[in-house]
Amino acid sequence: MRVPIVSFRLANGLSVTLSEDHTAPIVAVNLWYHVGSANERPGRTGFAHLFEHMLFQGSAHVGANEHFEIVQRAGGMLNGSTWLDRTNYFETVPSNQLAIALWLEADRMGQLLPAMTQQKLDTQRDVVKNERRWSVDNQPYGTWWERLPALAFPPDHPFHHSLIGSMEDLTDASLEDIAQFFATYYTPDNAVLSIAGDFDPAEARALVEQFFGPIPRGAGKPPLPPMDLPAHFGSWKRLVVPDAVMLPRLFLGFRAPVFGDDAHFAATVLAAILGTGKGSRFQRALVRDREIASEASAFTFDLAKASDLLIADVTARPGITAEVLEAEVVREIDRVRADGVTDDEVQRAVALLETALVSSLQSAGDRADKLSMFATYFSDPGLVNEQTERYQRVTATQVSALAREMLGEDNRVSLVYVPADSLADTPAHVEVGEPVGASR
Amino acid sequence: MTAGTTVSTRPQAGPPRDYRFPYFERATLDNGLGVIVAPVHKLPIVSIALVIDAGASADPVDAYGAAQLTAGLLLEGTRKRNGDAVSEQFERWGAAVGASADWDAAVLSMTVLAPHLDDSMALFAEVLLEPAFPERELSRLKSERLADLLQLRTEPRGLADEMFTRFVYDPSSRYAHPESGDVASVKALDRATVERFYQTRYRPNGSTLIIAGDINVADGVTLAQRLLGEWTGAAAPATVVSDAPARTTRAVHIVRKEEAPQSEIRVGHVGLPRSHPDYFPALIVNALLGGLFSSRINLNLREVHAYTYGAHSSFDWRKAAGPFVVSTAVKSDVTADAAKEILLEISRIRADAVSEDELTLATSYLDGVFPIRYETTDSIARALAALTIYGLPNDYFDSYRANIRRVSAMDVLHAADKHLHPDRLQLVVVGDSSVIAAPLAALDAGPVSVYDAEGRPER
Repeated sequence: MRVPIVSFRLANGLSVTLSEDHTAPIVAVNLWYHVGSANERPGRTGFAHLFEHMLFQGSAHVGANEHFEIVQRAGGMLNGSTWLDRTNYFETVPSNQLAIALWLEADRMGQLLPAMTQQKLDTQRDVVKNERRWSVDNQPYGTWWERLPALAFPPDHPFHHSLIGSMEDLTDASLEDIAQFFATYYTPDNAVLSIAGDFDPAEARALVEQFFGPIPRGAGKPPLPPMDLPAHFGSWKRLVVPDAVMLPRLFLGFRAPVFGDDAHFAATVLAAILGTGKGSRFQRALVRDREIASEASAFTFDLAKASDLLIADVTARPGITAEVLEAEVVREIDRVRADGVTDDEVQRAVALLETALVSSLQSAGDRADKLSMFATYFSDPGLVNEQTERYQRVTATQVSALAREMLGEDNRVSLVYVPADSLADTPAHVEVGEPVGASR
Repeated sequence: MTAGTTVSTRPQAGPPRDYRFPYFERATLDNGLGVIVAPVHKLPIVSIALVIDAGASADPVDAYGAAQLTAGLLLEGTRKRNGDAVSEQFERWGAAVGASADWDAAVLSMTVLAPHLDDSMALFAEVLLEPAFPERELSRLKSERLADLLQLRTEPRGLADEMFTRFVYDPSSRYAHPESGDVASVKALDRATVERFYQTRYRPNGSTLIIAGDINVADGVTLAQRLLGEWTGAAAPATVVSDAPARTTRAVHIVRKEEAPQSEIRVGHVGLPRSHPDYFPALIVNALLGGLFSSRINLNLREVHAYTYGAHSSFDWRKAAGPFVVSTAVKSDVTADAAKEILLEISRIRADAVSEDELTLATSYLDGVFPIRYETTDSIARALAALTIYGLPNDYFDSYRANIRRVSAMDVLHAADKHLHPDRLQLVVVGDSSVIAAPLAALDAGPVSVYDAEGRPER
């Protein structure tokens, strides 16, 4: 199975990938801008994501909220998302609506600023603050995805600070910030465009040239500060967080090879052996056999810069303390370090990864997003066709060596949530090791 | 405004290309098992859904949660191998397998790459026909469910959903209680109950095997015959669920979560059964009211007032009438203001016909996204499962888009007037009662009651 790929670049630097598939009259348009929370300046945490919201507030020829309406009226689905080092915007539409989808994306890439107003910024700022309350502040364990990067990356590292941002920084964001961020990062030479599905390549290319061609190249973006990190944390850092939760939950993180690296494929396989599927080690040992955990999984963040993280995410059963939970998870980690993995385990993990990849490639939107990802990070969308083979080349020997190398005590962070409430069945204020701090 | 960097004229749509929902064929085996095969050869992948008339609606009155526990236990061991071995074997073929029960059916499902279909189907059949229901796994799944229920006390979204159904349906209705059972009913479930539920309801007659993906019709039917042809037993007795409401007047229910920065709001009442003749008009009513991003409630609460990250409405379609509900989470101090806007929008869509322009936003959206919904074999199998469960006609998918386009502004007005009931709305809020109770009382949306996180009345 191979995804067909044609790539070219416009004079203004926009990198374009086309991938035809005529099985249904559907086409996906997907844009990745190579900017994320890592590019935020001090005092502006959350700005990249707030900016993403503003891109749905209209542009020179598109009214407020019209972007959503035009795409939905065309029979399309759409959204956008912000990550540490990229922001994406995407729509899947009936194939006869390709032109309007491209036009909308070009209008906001070319002329966003005429549509920006203080009122729109104030509204989206409040919407984002509510998004923060909904997904972080009013959700059990909701702070994990800002606490874990804060633990795992040094204070001045671009991946350290919160992606959704602090309420104070969101309050401080101004229209001048919008103008500056737009001019610096939302330029054709800092973006890739992928089109997947049912289209005529010559026609698509002509539309791309027509709509995106006139947009001027940017003046270049400031380089990110140095991001390289040692392969290991150098110690075992721990944070215990008493929270409004009923059960202890542990996030045990390890610094891992960056996404795209050969060793990253082995790290992904290692994570799947530990924590993907009911046949994984965590499920078998912690959920089924020893009945320590009610839920248990492991995964990689897939960061393509600095270092990746492999995370074990395990929630206790009622009656199991945070101390017991951590000790039992660590026992599994130490076991895989000491004894390695088997060929059977690698085969199981690779088979699951392969099915998941083929499943996702059925969708035009997912295909376009993967093409944009490989184009953004590695300037090579064709890598999508090498993933299966590269997973298949991973051996038990490699995974065992990687486990030995990266799962040691000098390369761990523990983020432990414990119930702060007397409602809970488990003792509160459990302290594991030496906490480096705690909140609430 | 800088000129000339973008093209100012909006392009027009080209002529649409035809689309048909994937072709499928039906067969019935001698034992009564229905088979549906939908060949889709885009990628070498196949999805299976075995639909069994064993949903939570069929739970015995003294054993709520039996349907989900029984389905879950299918993957926890057979007479030939234990649960570890079952999972490990499936996963070595890369098969993603699931077993669960919703209100109207139990579904055993699988997605696998085509070269592993035959092998994994044999194990699929073993799991279905020879479950062992081991005591140890049964007790483990029960405690996992109890852990979920415990977690719910501090999880405002799930708690609001759960409490909403409890306040909307009469306690005698199965729908008033969680699909997976509550603490008391789950604790009481035992192996004999599961065994009896399985023996009564897991029958070929009344079940349907759906195969969608890289396989042809004849091979699909042969596979079904070979692996499930020996399954025997008469059809399970039909299930009837009461959808009686708890009350027919408005009421406000506050579930306390002190210091919560947001309130989780649910507003609604008993909705419509899936078989209702107004299904299509009701879909459009919902899309315009709160189903779309550009719907009235979302634009009002999010884009005009910035009360929330998002607000939406839905009809939960089931065999009997599932709930109609508007859901949102808003900053605590605007809870009553947001609730007021929701009530206004519900009244407004019943009062005046929508414009043609607004109507076509919903109809062209639902018409246009139809092909996008069926890109994957899994989504095709799930669509055919719904066709089976709700007894929809074979041409349902082929006539869907015309049925959407046929809905008029007057149909929308009539459906809104007939099926939305402002006088019966239950307003459920999980939030900080010290901040929200007084403004909610002043809203005059019905008598206000306050409960703790387990739903025990406080005053």
